[in-house]
Amino acid sequence: METVLAILTGFMYAAGIYLILRRSLVKLIVGLIILGNGSNLLIFLLGGITRGNPPVIGENESMLTGIYADPLPQALILTAIVISFGLQAFAMVLLQREYVQGGVEDFDSIKEEEEAL
Amino acid sequence: MTTLILKTAATYLMPLLLLFSVFILLRGHYLPGGGFIGGLIASIALVVYGYANRIDRIKQFLRFHPGILIPVGASLSTLAAVLPLFFNQPVMTGLWLSGSYPIIGSIGTALLFDIGVYFVVVGATLTIIFSIAEENVKI
Amino acid sequence: MTDNLLILPVIIQLVIAVISLFFWSRTNYQRLSSIVGNVIFLAVSFILFFYVKENGIMVSQGGNWPAPFGITFVLDLFSASMLVITGLSGLAVSIFTAGSMSRRRALFVFFPIYHFLLLGISGSFIAGDLFNLYVWFELIIIASFGLITLGGGRRQLEGALKYVTLNLVASTLFLTSIAFVYGLTGSLNLADLAVKIPEVENQDLVSIAALLFFVGLGIKTAVFPMYFWLPASYHTPMSAISAIFGGLLTKVGVYALIRVFSLFFLPDSYIGTVISAIAALTLIMGAMGAFIQKDVRKVFSWLIVCHIGFMIAGLGIFSTVALAGAVLYLFHDIIIKTNIFMVSGLLYRINGAHTFKFIGGLYEHYPKLSFLIAIPLFSLIGIPPLSGFWPKILLIEGGIQGFDYFIVAAILLGSFVTLVTIGKLWVTAVWSEQKQVKYVKHFIHFKQLSKAQRIAYVFPIAFLSVVSLFFGFGAFWMLDIANRIAEELINPELYIQSILQFQ
Repeated sequence: METVLAILTGFMYAAGIYLILRRSLVKLIVGLIILGNGSNLLIFLLGGITRGNPPVIGENESMLTGIYADPLPQALILTAIVISFGLQAFAMVLLQREYVQGGVEDFDSIKEEEEAL
Repeated sequence: MTTLILKTAATYLMPLLLLFSVFILLRGHYLPGGGFIGGLIASIALVVYGYANRIDRIKQFLRFHPGILIPVGASLSTLAAVLPLFFNQPVMTGLWLSGSYPIIGSIGTALLFDIGVYFVVVGATLTIIFSIAEENVKI
Repeated sequence: MTDNLLILPVIIQLVIAVISLFFWSRTNYQRLSSIVGNVIFLAVSFILFFYVKENGIMVSQGGNWPAPFGITFVLDLFSASMLVITGLSGLAVSIFTAGSMSRRRALFVFFPIYHFLLLGISGSFIAGDLFNLYVWFELIIIASFGLITLGGGRRQLEGALKYVTLNLVASTLFLTSIAFVYGLTGSLNLADLAVKIPEVENQDLVSIAALLFFVGLGIKTAVFPMYFWLPASYHTPMSAISAIFGGLLTKVGVYALIRVFSLFFLPDSYIGTVISAIAALTLIMGAMGAFIQKDVRKVFSWLIVCHIGFMIAGLGIFSTVALAGAVLYLFHDIIIKTNIFMVSGLLYRINGAHTFKFIGGLYEHYPKLSFLIAIPLFSLIGIPPLSGFWPKILLIEGGIQGFDYFIVAAILLGSFVTLVTIGKLWVTAVWSEQKQVKYVKHFIHFKQLSKAQRIAYVFPIAFLSVVSLFFGFGAFWMLDIANRIAEELINPELYIQSILQFQ
């Protein structure tokens, strides 16, 4: 399980960075989303995966015993997801405005226009 | 995207989804759910209704601009966070009323915080979607 | 006063932001609440500062969860003084905006976003937890995204595009570094990490996490290879927004770098060399960039990059003297950079342009104003009794003591080029003859403003100039504080102990 997730994380980072390096603005956004999800997966992976042992104290016990899943990574990931939700929504609106105002969807033509300004 | 099927379905789906979002909001403290998810479900309900008919219909339905929900929700959440300071506790300490209630469980500052988050999420999501939709009309 | 009250600055900013959200379209109430709120913020920060100075570190555990498990808020002397400095420049920018922003622009929700930005900044100063720091940083960047696109001109959107992309990548790297740290130690509390990181077996992975952290924050801070977004975007928004960006945004990154690298990612010889080299290159490249620019705001943007190098140099040398210099420079830089961007706004209001070609004649028509802007400009260079001088002395002393002659040379070169650039600006803007005022569309000349608006332009500049004069002439008092902060940074045992509270 860990190995598969590790490979998947690496793949997501690679794909995200590859897409960010493209000229197209839409691919940039997709790349940022994939990169963000990759890092969330990395937190999940590095937090340690324990299946089927929720960190819940049983009715007749006073503390956790044995192996139990770490509850913190899910809180971290949830926070990171909420934050990236906001940021990506903003970035999409920005790109849309850029496209509406400039009519281009390509970093090279943006650069040319900027030099002309 | 105004097909008859979606339109009819959305009319029934919206109240159900809104009710479901409140349910999710209230059970959030001990079971999966909470303000953020509840807020997203509520805004999905409104957005589905808007897409099935027209975006203006949500505005007619709400009767106020959803942006006002953001400060309302933010002040509820701030209140929930600050309240423990008056009892000489660190911020965001959970204060609870004694007694248990059906569906909700116990009532405390965490619930107030979640309700605030719910409003902020609904307000922010609808504001974003409205502004994108309005710009599309202009093109 | 209980320690729990250290959260008050954050709460105050949050309350102002919410109040100005309620007064959505009534900009006059927004202005009032912003100024009054920032005065309260400043007063509370001062009280907290003197309390911390007398009684030591304040710690509050969010939600009453004990230290390594919950979110910890800490206020030591470093963060308390950062709060005071934030309050000073925040108040100045509030007044400046209240006067300079026409109603149409202010309608685009400036004040709520501005106070969310200050909320994030003051939050990151009291964060005692790495993930909490990340969350505050995200709050800062999302608010700064809002501000940099405010008004939404074509040029601004393009500046914003670079800014947004680079910051999102930087956040992802920061998050990756946090993931590594959590995977290695199972903790994110800063004090707990200071205990656990040295015990990690795989120190190579710690170095990788440290470098990822440095790259992630380095992009936000605009250090050497990652600074290109800053001069490409900081000259696009309004002067008031550039002022708060130039003054505070990059400096929060410096604060976080100093905090983290002095607490648990202790720079070993390899990382120390990397940081020193990057500092020197930042100084040189920033100075070179500033030297060839012919636009007031672009010159200042490049000087931000250049002067980041001073603070990173202090971190690279890593001795008490050098860290005291870096901290003192940090204080001085926030005030001065905020001030000079407001000066650029004033020059625009007088000349109608930002480029050297169209500005001039300030001494001829406004001799008192040119005397006033001499204070921030010469403090920026570091003419001896003024505020930029003392931290540089400390940094050079630290560099010579640590045999880092390359850094000393870079610091001297950076200072010298700053001198030449500001001298050029001074000659052009103040001493040369008045050029034709460039009346673009919607341009209102300084003379056409009402008296209250003119005061709102000049008062914040004068206010921050007085503050930097105090930094210069009250240097002994400031040096005392900077030395205490540096001691605490080098020997963080007290910090760790007051958070973890072990016997």
